[in-house]
Amino acid sequence: MNSSQLIGITTFTYLFSTILYAALFIFKTKRLGPVATVFTLIAFLIQTAGIGLRWLESYQMGVGRAPLTNMYESVVFFAWTIILIYLIIEWKFKTRIIGAFAVPFAFLAMAYASFASGITKEIVPLVPALQSNWLIAHVVTCFIGYAAFTVAAGLGIMYLIKNTSETRQSTNDSTLLGSLPPLKVLDDITHKTMIFGFLWLSIGIITGAIWANSAWGTYWSWDPKETWSLITWFIYAITLHARYTRGWGGTRIAWLAIFGFISVIFTYYGVNFLLAGLHSYGSN
Amino acid sequence: MKNRNPIWDFFASVKLALFTLFFLSTTSIIGTIIPQKETTQQYIEKYGEATANLFQILSITPDMYSSAWFLSLLSLLCLNLIVCSLDRFPGVWRQIKADNLNTPLSRLEKMDPQRRWQLDNPPESTAIALKTALKTSGWKTEERKLDNALLLFAQKGGMTRTGVYIVHASILVIFAGAIIGSILGFKGSIMLPETKTTDKAYAFGTNSPIDLGFEIRCDRFNIEFYDNGMPKSYRSQLVILENGKVVKEKAIVVNDPLSYKGITFYQSSYEPYPEFLITITNKKTGLSETAIIPYQQQRNLEKNDLRFGIINAEAQGQSVSRIKIWLSDDKGEPSLFWLDDGEQVTVERAQNNFTVSAKQMYATGLQVAKDPGVWTVYTGCALMIIGLIVAFFMSHQRIWLYIREETDGKSSILMAGNANKNKAGFEKTFQALTQTMNKV
Ligand code: HEM
Repeated sequence: MNSSQLIGITTFTYLFSTILYAALFIFKTKRLGPVATVFTLIAFLIQTAGIGLRWLESYQMGVGRAPLTNMYESVVFFAWTIILIYLIIEWKFKTRIIGAFAVPFAFLAMAYASFASGITKEIVPLVPALQSNWLIAHVVTCFIGYAAFTVAAGLGIMYLIKNTSETRQSTNDSTLLGSLPPLKVLDDITHKTMIFGFLWLSIGIITGAIWANSAWGTYWSWDPKETWSLITWFIYAITLHARYTRGWGGTRIAWLAIFGFISVIFTYYGVNFLLAGLHSYGSN
Repeated sequence: MKNRNPIWDFFASVKLALFTLFFLSTTSIIGTIIPQKETTQQYIEKYGEATANLFQILSITPDMYSSAWFLSLLSLLCLNLIVCSLDRFPGVWRQIKADNLNTPLSRLEKMDPQRRWQLDNPPESTAIALKTALKTSGWKTEERKLDNALLLFAQKGGMTRTGVYIVHASILVIFAGAIIGSILGFKGSIMLPETKTTDKAYAFGTNSPIDLGFEIRCDRFNIEFYDNGMPKSYRSQLVILENGKVVKEKAIVVNDPLSYKGITFYQSSYEPYPEFLITITNKKTGLSETAIIPYQQQRNLEKNDLRFGIINAEAQGQSVSRIKIWLSDDKGEPSLFWLDDGEQVTVERAQNNFTVSAKQMYATGLQVAKDPGVWTVYTGCALMIIGLIVAFFMSHQRIWLYIREETDGKSSILMAGNANKNKAGFEKTFQALTQTMNKV
């Protein structure tokens, strides 16, 4: 058994978790609840073992580095953090339906990591610029933030779905969406998750700046990746202020959670592929 | 009430903050799509003369993020922050320093959470018991005697109300650090060949020379590779000299720079030369000589009375891996031998032995930065994180106990409290406290 196999298994177990949570949501079979939780927990442990094993393997190869330094590894860590945050929310707020909106993101991330072309899974050694503990701190903190924003977006989507249905029909406790937590609770969890993400994104940007300064003597150079992380940070700062000082809530915050998530994805993925592509295209 | 000045109000408003942040985010996108810091010629090739011109007029190129309009937006954000904080902070400070024993009963009665119960003892002894109970839970109490009643008050985390202001101030501190760096600092680079010394760096952009105020020499540069051929480390052995004397030495690698007198040297690139660096030491006399010699040329070392040359070399890409040396002291046949790049070998001659080391010559590319604002920026960053934790996760919790003397010598108690954040968490704390109180 090697780490790639363990991580590969995780992809399918998260798919299965997704199905379980979706079934729980659609058929409202209460008995499925603990099954979904236990299953997700097992998948999470398998993934943890996979990441740990990959770390060990890198030492056996004489490369010796934390498994957090390329696209594949960061996506895997991203999925891992989404599940961790989701499980904490499930435990703290005693609600399982959120799983139907959070776990799919982890599955999608894992599917992307496993099947997308152009993502290498090999353990390659680190080029000199990447040999820094600040880099590890930077990746870990950024991805905790990104994962929290992903869960917040899932919650935002739930909020919007529930909200449209509530305005359409007055009492619907028997329907599909009746099983969703009350709007007020959703709004509250969304906000708390965003706050959590904002703190980590802030630390992520700061550790990134420290890393850049130790490598190049410039803590901020407005390169597209840095700039997009700042744009994302601004979007969440706007959201916090709009809520806290202007009393925004409900649908507007739900939309901002989704909007912020799009910016996260762009920071993380778009900058690497779209803008880099644009640049090389332009210079041809 | 202070008289409201509309201009002040404008700059103190959160609406302006939302507007500025929104504007900053949207305009920031432009510079990530249109590449920055290229030459006018490059822009014209990419976008055509007319568009390139327009970009230049709008200061989108070559460096949007230091254009006047972008810096104005950042300044507006700072001004907004300053005015907003000046506007609100005094009120917050009054809340922190408030005399909570002055809180009227009518307000306590409206608070949520609250609880009422009765005890058989008179207020004085009840108060003592309640105070002890509070103290064991970490609450320090104050008290005041009122007509027929006693008011106890305890609070935690009053100062946490400043959290938001720490965050806002931290942004100003970071900007201050950035300004200090841009006024008093510089960024430049040096391409320094091995064994050579310089006292100048060249500024980014303008390429104008900058006096370092001391000299820097690179004794050696080398690259290590992993087994798969990827670079593992770039290392420069640097020496700082003042008035010809060595004052500091360090081998730098990427991520581990050398600092001297506020100027920091970062390993950033290298350039291989088609020349070789050879050191030959006479084992008998100890005399050592170093020479820079091009490929396939003969060279005399006067003091050692030697002639030598590089007659062959093997390379991977631009990096030499093995070197073949020809060496003669005219005593017997010339020596011919291979050695690895950077290796040292002993050559035995008829009458003497020599140690010979040879390596390809490189120039090390250093980035040179002086930024006296960095520590200010880092202080701001630390403040921001502390402020965020305080603002998000800590709250100001207050508890009042109003103990009224009843006609029969008993006392009735009203316990009320509030918190400015995390009301659910406070309610739990409050419930737990009432439990301990009940045991009194
Ligand atoms: C990027 C810049 C900014 C950041 C990171 C930031 C951060 C924060 C944070 C974390 C909070 C606490 C929110 C909460 O507890 O949920 C907050 C509150 C607040 N911010 Fe900002 N802020 C920024 C800019 C501004 C600006 C420019 C203003 C100017 C008006 C402003 C005005 C306020 C106000 C009035 C509050 C509420 C304070 C209170 O009454 O407790 N912020 N800010």
